[in-house]
Amino acid sequence: MLMIRMLGEYLLLMFSTFKRPDKGPVFRRQLMIEFIGLGVDSFGIVAIISIFTGAIVAIQTAYNIDSPLIPLSMVGFTTRQMVILEFSPTIISLILAGKVGSRIASEIGTMRVTQQIDALRVMGVNPANYLILPKITASILFNPVLITFSIVLGIFGGWGACVVTDLVTSTDFIYGLRGWFEPFTVTYAMIKTVVFAFIISSVSGFLGYNVQGGSIEVGRASTKAVVYSSILIIFFDLILTQLLLI
Amino acid sequence: MIEVNGIHKSFAERMVLDNISTTFEKGKTNLIIGQSGSGKTVLMKCCIGLVDPDAGDIIYDNRPFSGLSEKRKQDIRKEMGVLFQGGALFDSFTVEQNVMFPLNMFTTMSLEEKLDRVNFCLKRVNLVNVNNLFPSEISGGMMKRVAIARAISNSPSYLFCDEPNSGLDPKTAEVIDELISEITEEYNITTVVNTHDMNSVLQIGQKITFLYNGKLWWEGNKDTILDTDNPELKEFVFSTELTRRLIK
Repeated sequence: MLMIRMLGEYLLLMFSTFKRPDKGPVFRRQLMIEFIGLGVDSFGIVAIISIFTGAIVAIQTAYNIDSPLIPLSMVGFTTRQMVILEFSPTIISLILAGKVGSRIASEIGTMRVTQQIDALRVMGVNPANYLILPKITASILFNPVLITFSIVLGIFGGWGACVVTDLVTSTDFIYGLRGWFEPFTVTYAMIKTVVFAFIISSVSGFLGYNVQGGSIEVGRASTKAVVYSSILIIFFDLILTQLLLI
Repeated sequence: MIEVNGIHKSFAERMVLDNISTTFEKGKTNLIIGQSGSGKTVLMKCCIGLVDPDAGDIIYDNRPFSGLSEKRKQDIRKEMGVLFQGGALFDSFTVEQNVMFPLNMFTTMSLEEKLDRVNFCLKRVNLVNVNNLFPSEISGGMMKRVAIARAISNSPSYLFCDEPNSGLDPKTAEVIDELISEITEEYNITTVVNTHDMNSVLQIGQKITFLYNGKLWWEGNKDTILDTDNPELKEFVFSTELTRRLIK
């Protein structure tokens, strides 16, 4: 029952969020602020995790190839496929659910408990539209950039690990990397990224917007934002994989 | 003028406002007073549309407000300025950006015109050289004054102040009261102040509405309140040691 009520409240909030902004220039300025806060500020953590994840995938794949019948170029191929299909769009989105989701929920939640959202409302501003729409838009537009960046660094990390550890030669790795490439895998990764970006920003915005109480409730909303977004990301990962790949 | 007609509001089984009818007059400082839990904050929230009453109407200069959709309410809200108890300044904005916010949202003024208006409003509340400070960098009294400057920046017709003196020392509280009173007369706006501070009552109470247990118990002004023979109001007015000693 609680789930149905929450879903209803979420849909109503999204209904009031997706309205034409009151003032175009104000919306664009807010959007720029969110691009920096939610996107540009995440480059560092995305870079570190992507390089190491790509390296680990490559090393583990090389370690698991025992048969001399399987060419070592498979390491490059597998690293590419793993990074594009799953590691970058899903794992990085889960990381962003933690970083960006908690930030959105605590920012909006604090505004709620300090009556800043009430202040917006009584000024005649639609608070959901003013606060949540720029965050959703920025996430949807910027997360594909972050994931593309992550894919490139992940593959680079895999190549670097193979070359440094001498498990696979650079030529073999690049041969596998370039082989049997299906462009649709990138489209699939981008579709997932956009869906996950929407989940992170809208769910976190919803939980922050509905905070009642004080600082403890803001903390709880922030934790819930990460937990709910992560569960929904995994759930939609399964659904999208089933729909798009099979 | 704001008319409040037969407002009822309950939360769960508890009746918070019971058939409240009154008027808040234009060009006057209208005070809602009462003990904590008497329903004055809920009444103010009903007036500004943050709480929907179960029954009754709020009418702004012959325009019904309480039954309107959120979209239609926004049009009347653009004529309101609200000073919240904690100031409710946007903490990611500077003082200047806070005061400029309503102008950015609802006017087509140039940046120069907006800056002129912001500086005028800040000067009006006796604040200078604070434009680039953030709310976390100023005192509680200054925050209240910035919030008043933001509330009046878009020339509102109605000004609502929720406990404007809470957390302030008596001297600063007096300054804030004077400011609210001066602004009300200067711009001929309808001001509603929610307070339980007796200094404010005696200083600026041109019309006073006393709520007791969610009911309208007494109406009058600062000149008649001390002569009341209403026992509940008397208890409220002379509830402090200071007033009891003075009356002796």
